[in-house]
Amino acid sequence: MTNSTETQNLLTIRGLRIEGKSGDHWNEIVHGVDLDLKRGEVLGLIGESGAGKSTIGLAAMGFTRDGCRISSGTIDFDGIDLVNATQKVRRGLRGHRIAYVAQSAAASFNPAHKLIDQYCESPIVHGVMSRDQAEKDAVDLYRRLHLPNPEDIGFRYPHQVSGGQLQRAMTAMAMASKPDLIIFDEPTTALDVTTQIEVLSAIRDVVREFHTAAIYITHDLAVVAQMADRVKVLLKGEEVEESDTRSMLNDPKEDYTKSLWAVRSFHAEPKADVSQACTPVVSIKNVTAAYGKVPVLHDVSFNIHKGRTVAVVGESGSGKSTTARVITGLLPASKGEICFNGKVMPGSYKQRSKDQLRQAQMIYQMADTALNPKQTIGEIIGRPVQFYLGLRGKDRLERVRALLDEIELEPDLYINRLPSELSGGQKQRIGIARALAAEPEFIICDEVTSALDQLVAEGILKLLSKVQKDFGLAYMFITHDLATVRAIADEVVVMQQGKVVEAGPKDIMFTPPHHAYTDLLLSSIPEMDPDWLDKLLKQREEAGQ
Amino acid sequence: MKLLKTAPVSAWFGMIVILVYVVLMLFAPILAPYGETEIVAYEFEPWSETYLLGTDNLGRDMLSRLIYAARNTMGVALITTILAFAVGGFMGLLAATLGGWVDQIFSRAIDVLMAIPSLIFALLLLTIFGTSLGNLIVVIALLDATRVYRLTRAVAMNIVVMDYVEAARLRGEGLMWQIRKEILPNIMAPLVAEFGLRFCFVFLMISALSFLGLGIQPPTADWGSMVRDNASLITFGDITPLLPAGAIALLTVAVNFVVDWMLHQSSGLKE
Amino acid sequence: MHPLARMVLQRLGLGLVTLFVVSIIIFSAVELLPGDITQQILGQAATPETVAAFRKELGLDRPPVERYFDWLGGVMTGDFGKSLANQREISDLISGRFGNTLFLAGYAAVIAIPLSVMLGLLAALYRNSFFDRFINMATLSSISFPEFFVAYILIVFLAVRAQMFPAISSLNDDMTLLDMFYRAFLPALTLTLVVTAHMMRMTRAAIINLLASPYIEMARLKGMSQARVIVKHALPNALAPIINVIALNLAYLVTGVVLVEVVFVYPGLGQLLVDSVANRDITVVQASCLIFAGVYILLNLLADILSIATNPRLMHRK
Repeated sequence: MTNSTETQNLLTIRGLRIEGKSGDHWNEIVHGVDLDLKRGEVLGLIGESGAGKSTIGLAAMGFTRDGCRISSGTIDFDGIDLVNATQKVRRGLRGHRIAYVAQSAAASFNPAHKLIDQYCESPIVHGVMSRDQAEKDAVDLYRRLHLPNPEDIGFRYPHQVSGGQLQRAMTAMAMASKPDLIIFDEPTTALDVTTQIEVLSAIRDVVREFHTAAIYITHDLAVVAQMADRVKVLLKGEEVEESDTRSMLNDPKEDYTKSLWAVRSFHAEPKADVSQACTPVVSIKNVTAAYGKVPVLHDVSFNIHKGRTVAVVGESGSGKSTTARVITGLLPASKGEICFNGKVMPGSYKQRSKDQLRQAQMIYQMADTALNPKQTIGEIIGRPVQFYLGLRGKDRLERVRALLDEIELEPDLYINRLPSELSGGQKQRIGIARALAAEPEFIICDEVTSALDQLVAEGILKLLSKVQKDFGLAYMFITHDLATVRAIADEVVVMQQGKVVEAGPKDIMFTPPHHAYTDLLLSSIPEMDPDWLDKLLKQREEAGQ
Repeated sequence: MKLLKTAPVSAWFGMIVILVYVVLMLFAPILAPYGETEIVAYEFEPWSETYLLGTDNLGRDMLSRLIYAARNTMGVALITTILAFAVGGFMGLLAATLGGWVDQIFSRAIDVLMAIPSLIFALLLLTIFGTSLGNLIVVIALLDATRVYRLTRAVAMNIVVMDYVEAARLRGEGLMWQIRKEILPNIMAPLVAEFGLRFCFVFLMISALSFLGLGIQPPTADWGSMVRDNASLITFGDITPLLPAGAIALLTVAVNFVVDWMLHQSSGLKE
Repeated sequence: MHPLARMVLQRLGLGLVTLFVVSIIIFSAVELLPGDITQQILGQAATPETVAAFRKELGLDRPPVERYFDWLGGVMTGDFGKSLANQREISDLISGRFGNTLFLAGYAAVIAIPLSVMLGLLAALYRNSFFDRFINMATLSSISFPEFFVAYILIVFLAVRAQMFPAISSLNDDMTLLDMFYRAFLPALTLTLVVTAHMMRMTRAAIINLLASPYIEMARLKGMSQARVIVKHALPNALAPIINVIALNLAYLVTGVVLVEVVFVYPGLGQLLVDSVANRDITVVQASCLIFAGVYILLNLLADILSIATNPRLMHRK
């Protein structure tokens, strides 16, 4: 055994280069990254998709996925050279001294075995402890992680346990052999915000108590602010900068890091209040809807006025997307009605006239699936121009070019490209142009920025508020991101389990007192303040007593 | 065409073989030394300079008949496959795009038809309608259309759920526009691969039926029936009857190699 | 009710309905016959009197629905009616031959199943190795061969040249079991070769699919050995897809026998079917088709039910 002290590195990575195979040749995806981690320290790895976070995290276990290889560099774990160690040595470390928590616990637990059996596997196989001891430990860990029925929950199968609980059970499994290091690979990304809080605080407490070192991988700045002692920012396989969490948040050095932080500063200009008396563009009146026999919306009502943005917030299953489907006519309401400019619309899109369809357009979350990959940009934007406005040939081309100008893409450069030749943000702009091409009065924006990297998302928000001003559009903005709501909304509608919990102008909605659920939801959304989680937990504890 | 350069040996082999077969099919009358049904000598002449591969059970030149059979067997298989794709593909696209009861009715009906093994079903139908060439093509095309339907529906379903199809619907586009512009271009790759595989199945099925004496009827030259007609030679250890069987095998192997490579191309990047 | 039991019952019900509909199709296929069946059988020269008499004998003067239920009732009790060609009871014609066909298919299955599952597992585990590529090529070629091609190659080499096995697989009642195995060896081998390729490819694909699951990566990241990953983590989940592959291929085997039986003159149901088709002996064709379809549906049903029953997510209810 090594005589480790607090100052000695547990993990040292130098000049790590990793290649991935695409087709017949190898492309470098990690370009010489250094990493130091001391015992008991939590390092946040943060970056956009494609930054190489997970690849580096796995490499810290001496593991590469199929089709990847370490081409050069050293990985030293407590004096063991992981790059050159035999398979047997590496296997002996994994699950014993280095453990892993995956993003999707539901997929990463074996469906054929009970949780407790999967928990006990590592400690028994690695000869750390007996089955009895492991089971006792498991119950203790389950309790520390605030799992319900810690005595019994281990005897369930993975599909019998909820997502948030599974994620905690997976953390427990990682702790089973009392490892020195745990790699957390986006453990809360798939969870709802209110569940995320519980998992975050559980993970943090356990890691602190056992003095376990951890690498915490995420793309969410606010989350990493709560979890990490130090933060390393990655971009396309290279390190941008690294420093302790507080100074990183208060004083980022590199432009790229600053740009990540800057996103939160955008705010649309406040608008003059409209008189509630004038006819709203869209009016949802007492809508109830169901998928088959499963009711999903109950008595939902709200209005959207010309030139204003209504943000609809809620967790998955709250009915916010279903509301959009009812408005567009994809899911006809079983009770209640949808009015455009005061006129009742037919329930199904099939019965609506071309002009009625034109008035309401939609922008989708995933620009990848929203644009036909086999059509050029010119065709995608040109179709609604021709279909609704009857423009052809030269007129149509002129209109498409004007729209491309409107979304700030050079027409000559883009009009003949396919969607696959555009970046994510550019695709989303095309989605906006396609909606604008119909010259609508109302646009539904369904999580339009949540799949985008933050800087790009800001550009989209700015564009959306510019075209709103230019054309006097009404927006329904579906989102779960509070920062986005703050940035762009005029009014907020909070939904939970198919009902509108609370609705009103943004200023009022962000000022307490709230409805209990609004409060829970708003307070659960992580903030950039590293003390946010502590404050919140304390607040909730006090409120609970 | 950068793709072609990276093609493995097997795919190259397949493409060359297919090319040779197509040439045989197009230029059969020029390439064949004798006529298709011309009786040129005694029965079962051995291989010689005048009759390179000998003669068959009626004294017709084996090589010439092999070459003409390329045209007949492949031609029939091709027409049948195209018909199967026209019917099955269109129904599959309709079911996927319309959904609801159209999909239910089509799918349940196809389920029942597919519950009967296709060779057996073909035998039943050919017994009833007789073994004319037209019947053969229609019966096999319809049986294979069920398989084409399944695949087309499945791949089209993956496209129908895409937001751009929803966007087209909400725009008010008609059914045919959705199928033609939004769905079909995005499922061409798997459909082309399936066309290759289906062609093999149809080709083997026709050969099997001909071998059983229920497919392409004499005196038309056809590989399956040529095996049957000359099978008695095999008991003497003569491999001549294996040549038409080998011709069938070689073509299906070639098509399979090419399709395997194509499928690998379209899905391989993920692996 | 346990959800598993309910699903199994649902599938059983669905299978029965399918079988019923298939029987209707097979029965009514004859009704679609262009021209009159009696005319077909008796030929153009038959007098109207003989035609009428024959129609009455066949019961063709009664409404189709009534005849269908008569026929179905007969089938249920093992009475398939009489052959039009030789007036013999169809059940007598079929019973022995059906047994022979099952013997042949079973013979091939006993060799093919363990062989192909093992090869498939190996190919999946050593994916992209030389072994895997070789197996891929070999099986791809093998599924491209017409059954009769494989059969004749075996005859040329193993029966005619090497004289090891008989080229004609006639069976009779007083053969010993060993004798039957010997005589049916070549047809069984032909079927084995053809079906093994299919089954192996499907097994390989199923296992590769499974090995890509996040929980397999998780097992590796827990430091489990390759053997333990396979035995403890992959196999319990692989059971369902493998069983499915086996049952599907058994169904394929049952119809694959038709050609092989003809090549080897093996006295099975397939041979009878082909002969009856040639003679247009419609009642025998109907009966054979119904039996083949029945076995086929049954095996597919079995595949369906077993893969539900071995799915861990369904076994342990919420």
